[in-house]
Amino acid sequence: MSVLAVSSLAKRYHRGGKPFAAVDDVSFDIGPAETLALAGPSGSGKSTIARLVLRLIEPDTGRIDFEGADFLALSCAALRSCRARIQMVFQDPLAAFNPHATVGRVLDDPLRIHNIASRAERPRRIAALLERVGLDAGLAARAIHEISGGQRQRVAIARAIATHPSLIVLDEAVSALDVSVRGQILELLLDLQRQERIAYLFISHDLGVIRAVAHRIVILDSGRIAESGDARAVIANPQSAIGKALVAATPKLIRNRP
Amino acid sequence: MSRLCHFFRTPEAIAGASILALLVVVALAAPLLFSGDSQAIAGPALLPPFQDWSLPLGTDRLGRDVLAELFHGARTSLAVGLAAAAAALLIGSIIGTLAGFAGGLVDEVLMRITDAFQTVPSFLLALAFVSIVGPSLGVVVAAIALGAWTGPARVARAEVLSIRERDYVAGARVLGMHPLEIAFREVLPNVLPSVLALSSVIVAAAILTEAALSFLGLGDPNRVTWGGMIAEGRTVLRTAPFLSVVPGIALVLTVLGVYLAGEGVVESAAARRSLS
Ligand SMILES: Nc1ncnc2c1ncn2[C@@H]1O[C@H](COP(=O)(O)OP(=O)(O)O)[C@@H](O)[C@H]1O
Ligand SMILES: [Mg+2]
Repeated sequence: MSVLAVSSLAKRYHRGGKPFAAVDDVSFDIGPAETLALAGPSGSGKSTIARLVLRLIEPDTGRIDFEGADFLALSCAALRSCRARIQMVFQDPLAAFNPHATVGRVLDDPLRIHNIASRAERPRRIAALLERVGLDAGLAARAIHEISGGQRQRVAIARAIATHPSLIVLDEAVSALDVSVRGQILELLLDLQRQERIAYLFISHDLGVIRAVAHRIVILDSGRIAESGDARAVIANPQSAIGKALVAATPKLIRNRP
Repeated sequence: MSRLCHFFRTPEAIAGASILALLVVVALAAPLLFSGDSQAIAGPALLPPFQDWSLPLGTDRLGRDVLAELFHGARTSLAVGLAAAAAALLIGSIIGTLAGFAGGLVDEVLMRITDAFQTVPSFLLALAFVSIVGPSLGVVVAAIALGAWTGPARVARAEVLSIRERDYVAGARVLGMHPLEIAFREVLPNVLPSVLALSSVIVAAAILTEAALSFLGLGDPNRVTWGGMIAEGRTVLRTAPFLSVVPGIALVLTVLGVYLAGEGVVESAAARRSLS
């Protein structure tokens, strides 16, 4: 059974008075402990799909099944409690946290909201989470704006796994990081997936990164699916025009191609 | 420390802060210097200022010590001004945050209510409220706040409209945080700086409104107020103008001090922002 199944998802916006489809008839599914990559040029609707899947915005039409149940049918309170199972990591880890927050508070929130640990137990859980993502437990007292971008993204991952989700949506989660830090974060994500069997909806415009972590890929063009399939196979031999263009725009790939 | 340095760069800010400091000292010292009833008779009636050094500012129509009244009046002015402004800022921030964050019908209803309050002149509103409920310190504070919360509400709403689109608010929703907690714990604290920038204008206006209400006899009758003193002095304006002039000057200085100090705070905040 798939963790997430999306079918015929559509979302229209208005641009200059006339409607246009930011997401148009998109269907895909993600199995347990699987990584599905969403690729596509800027403006192709990747972030919109992420927001739809997390119900930060509501689709015009389509269906989303999460862990076998109709996700769009959940009402406010049920949706809030279900959110423990589906988490998100944003691109800019500085913008993703309250500017006045400390690392400890950021990690305390999910534990408190979903009653995962008692107040007395939480500091210990926070320390364990920090260590789980390769950070020093002493970081809990620091302000979010004091730590480095890579550390911040690790904190974001720690927050996402705090509630033991079955799916994490990562919207360009490594795009803003230095190449060396990026590699470490990808390693961490792979490690977490192996140990906790988390599925990822991994959004990126970078095919090099996608090939390193994704099992399957969906390539978007102007809100529609241009092609999809096994990540390595599609990247090695893209069929759609947009797929070819994305491969051509990633020079390292051409050199590495088998 | 650097905050203070920034703040004291301009002479206006120094002047404003000095006036406010003096006012606070006066307000705090009033019960110590003039213990007992400030409304008690202290000497002959209508003694002009600088005649008797035990009554440096003279006495009013009933022989009450003007300096003692002035000091006690400072307490009332400051207390009412600060309390009314605090209430207005609090109510305004809460309503503006709710409207901006909830959007839709809630926003529509709250903003129509804000419009309604804004169209009625705030002084008329205060006048009507005190006339109906009856004059007491709490009622005067509420009456002034009633006409002053709309500005903070609009500022807070505008700020919330931009903040609520930020990733961290989406992040809080993804976490499953309750919308009210998001509004008041995540969003409101980041709205406060812009709202607090209004505080000097609101405090100054509140002090003036309180004086005007007292002048019309709608202040708390158990307290000395500057507005009340001016009104009292009016009956003997030709023979003893100092009775109106002295509290008048105190009022003008206070409002000026609040305003200048407030400007200083806003400017130093802006300077710090442009530095960082
Ligand atoms: N709230 C919105 N209102 C209007 N247009 C939007 C909105 N959000 C996204 N869009 C448009 O939808 C398209 C897809 O955007 P997005 O999903 O952010 O693309 P991507 O993440 O792939 O770069 C873009 O053309 C964008 O301008
Ligand atoms: Mg995007």
